[in-house]
Amino acid sequence: MTANGWFQILLFLALIFLLTKPLGVFMAKVFSRERTFLDPVVRPIERLLYRLTQVDEEHDMPWTEYAITMLMFSGVSMLVLYGIERLQHFLPGNPQKFAGVDPALAFNTAASFTTNTNWQNYTGEATMSYLTQMAGLAYHNFVSAAVGIALAVAFIRGIARTENKTIGNFWVDLTRGTLWVLLPGCVVYAVLLVSQGVVQNFRPYDTAKLMEAQHVPKLGTDGKPVVGADGQPLMDTISDQSIAQGPVASQEAIKMLGTNGGGFFNANSSHPFENPTPFSNYLQLLSIFAIPAGLTYTLGKITKSPQHGWAVWSAMAILFLCGVTTAYWAEAKGNPLLKGVDQQAGTMQAGGNMEGKEVRFGIADSALFATVTTDASCGAINSWHDSYTPLGGMVPLVNIMLSETVFGGVGAGLYGILIYVVLAVFIAGLMVGRTPEYLGKKIEAYDVKMAMLVTLVFPLVILALTAISSVEGFGASSISNPGPHGLTQILYAFTSQAGNNGSAFAGLNGNAPWYNISGAITMLIGRFFMIIPMLAIAGNLAQKKTVPASAGTFPVTTPLFAVLLVSVILIVGALTFFPALSLGPVLEHLLMMAGKTF
Amino acid sequence: MKKHLITSLLMVIWTTVLLGLVYPLVVTGVAQVLFKDKANGQLITRDGAIIGSRIIGQPFSGPGYFHSRPSAAGNAGYDAANSQGSNFGPTNQKLIDRVQRDLARLNTENPGAPVPADLVTASASGLDPDISPAGAEFQIPRVARERSWAEEKVRRLVQAHIRPRQFAVLGEPRVNVLELNLALDGK
Repeated sequence: MTANGWFQILLFLALIFLLTKPLGVFMAKVFSRERTFLDPVVRPIERLLYRLTQVDEEHDMPWTEYAITMLMFSGVSMLVLYGIERLQHFLPGNPQKFAGVDPALAFNTAASFTTNTNWQNYTGEATMSYLTQMAGLAYHNFVSAAVGIALAVAFIRGIARTENKTIGNFWVDLTRGTLWVLLPGCVVYAVLLVSQGVVQNFRPYDTAKLMEAQHVPKLGTDGKPVVGADGQPLMDTISDQSIAQGPVASQEAIKMLGTNGGGFFNANSSHPFENPTPFSNYLQLLSIFAIPAGLTYTLGKITKSPQHGWAVWSAMAILFLCGVTTAYWAEAKGNPLLKGVDQQAGTMQAGGNMEGKEVRFGIADSALFATVTTDASCGAINSWHDSYTPLGGMVPLVNIMLSETVFGGVGAGLYGILIYVVLAVFIAGLMVGRTPEYLGKKIEAYDVKMAMLVTLVFPLVILALTAISSVEGFGASSISNPGPHGLTQILYAFTSQAGNNGSAFAGLNGNAPWYNISGAITMLIGRFFMIIPMLAIAGNLAQKKTVPASAGTFPVTTPLFAVLLVSVILIVGALTFFPALSLGPVLEHLLMMAGKTF
Repeated sequence: MKKHLITSLLMVIWTTVLLGLVYPLVVTGVAQVLFKDKANGQLITRDGAIIGSRIIGQPFSGPGYFHSRPSAAGNAGYDAANSQGSNFGPTNQKLIDRVQRDLARLNTENPGAPVPADLVTASASGLDPDISPAGAEFQIPRVARERSWAEEKVRRLVQAHIRPRQFAVLGEPRVNVLELNLALDGK
């Protein structure tokens, strides 16, 4: 670990701290339909859109109607994406003449992008046409993020309103999140990314003449060298480099700002055309946390308890620092099995475990990215988590297991942590022997039951599917790294999909029928099954009366509350997954220290 | 219910037009006007032919050139239409074997010198354009020997190509291999 590395990490947290309030205030205004500086431009577009889509913006919805419209919109948009993928060879914007995507993969990808997961069982630059990327995948990056923000805002209204049956209008929240927050942010951000070297064009792939042609053994379709009649391996001469292009920057911007994470290219944010410089990398990091951090302030603002917003923010910051410290430490130490390699950091090299990492990012920016992308439900990567040391790779895995509540996905992070807040308040209530209250609302059996439903379904899906996949041939045959690491690959896959993260231990071959279908269903459960109980709590809270705070009320604005919240998150997460983690990364770490390979 | 379904359909159609078509086209227009070279991938042309992109690595194996990092993208590595890392886990025997093979070769090229980590590890993209300054320093004796140059002459060229941290803070110092090799050939 280096001083510069720590400086970059702490500067990052400081910048997020500075962004929280202005963004939070802005979003509070947008969703309370107050005037903002963007109104002269955006308000006419909003009104036009409502006219075109027959939306009555004055109509307020109870939670059931809100849930139904959200499900309908997600369903219709998912079908359209499936159609675009299947029919891309008949549509324009396909200079590489890619074929239609096959059904299982198209279903998996449609589920993946609708649920804000962006799990990718395909290689972008070899599968998807420019039109599919723009109008299919990047489009879903916008709306799935806007849906997330809408839901978080609806939940906040549920807390703030009293004796009211409604929690807002889904169409209005969707539209305002898109037009006021995501779209203007992305236009500016995309142009900034281009200034760093992210490509933005519609060129067919360019072909470069390599400076030095390469003679390499010819490989057969099985990946093994082909041997000629004389028993000598056949050689291939490779003298050209095909360079993939595309409208990358516009997709990259919303990929990060909407915490989606689906790369234009297979290598995601490690690809020099997606993330060319350390500054573009830093912008990407900031844009993952910006909206989720801002929403904690929006929570405090709309519920008229800014201190509570900051208490939640602090709990998140504590968990973030724990994660990034562990990942940075583990990766900077390097891989003890690589004997004879100089992995010591110095002025001439970053050192550490550089397998699957880029030189321009080194260890600090890679470990920071891995932590941030899994704290939030982003899932973009600038280094391959599969090649991390066992403990370094456990950090992203554990982050997702904590339901991505550390700032979290846009919207999803906030409503995720609010479920834990309900549990924390409930446990505090049990300890003092009073009916728990949260910001003036009594937390009763119905609310706690719904919160528990969310917290139980998540590990159930992950652990059950991991267990099946690791003992059955159709699951275990996809493993690429044998030994305990293989179990971690499968565990990571289902955790990432249930948590709607989308990053992977990517050596695992996910483009197999079992993983395409089970993964798609996991992602749909992970998104929509969580949302419905959450909206039910919001609807229930909105109907309740406010009870004035008394001496017995557990305050949710103090450091004590932040610590309690962190403890609840860690205990629920750690206890549920501890056995699985012991058999995967922990065991692999012990065996690695003993010098064992697989 | 039916009303919501109609709104869903209309909403998908009109927002697709705005977010899926108008937005990327506007960004493309602005990008092509303001940053034409960068928006098109910083392609390097010599005598009218494209010889590469400034920010996409290329494979090198001749002793007279600086070598890029190991790459898992395509058969010869550095397939820029198929970006890929090795995804080898830390305890995978295949990783250890590959590293030991590369170490054996590097140790004969520059005996006794410690081998920097980036020279024997595959990058994330498979297209990493850079090596660390240590990785370049390690290769100076081989390149100088092959070209019959003084090591100092090669070292000066390397020094001139070290790119420091961005804004003195961000990322890591690095050397762009393609640019360095072009400079070696005087191109």
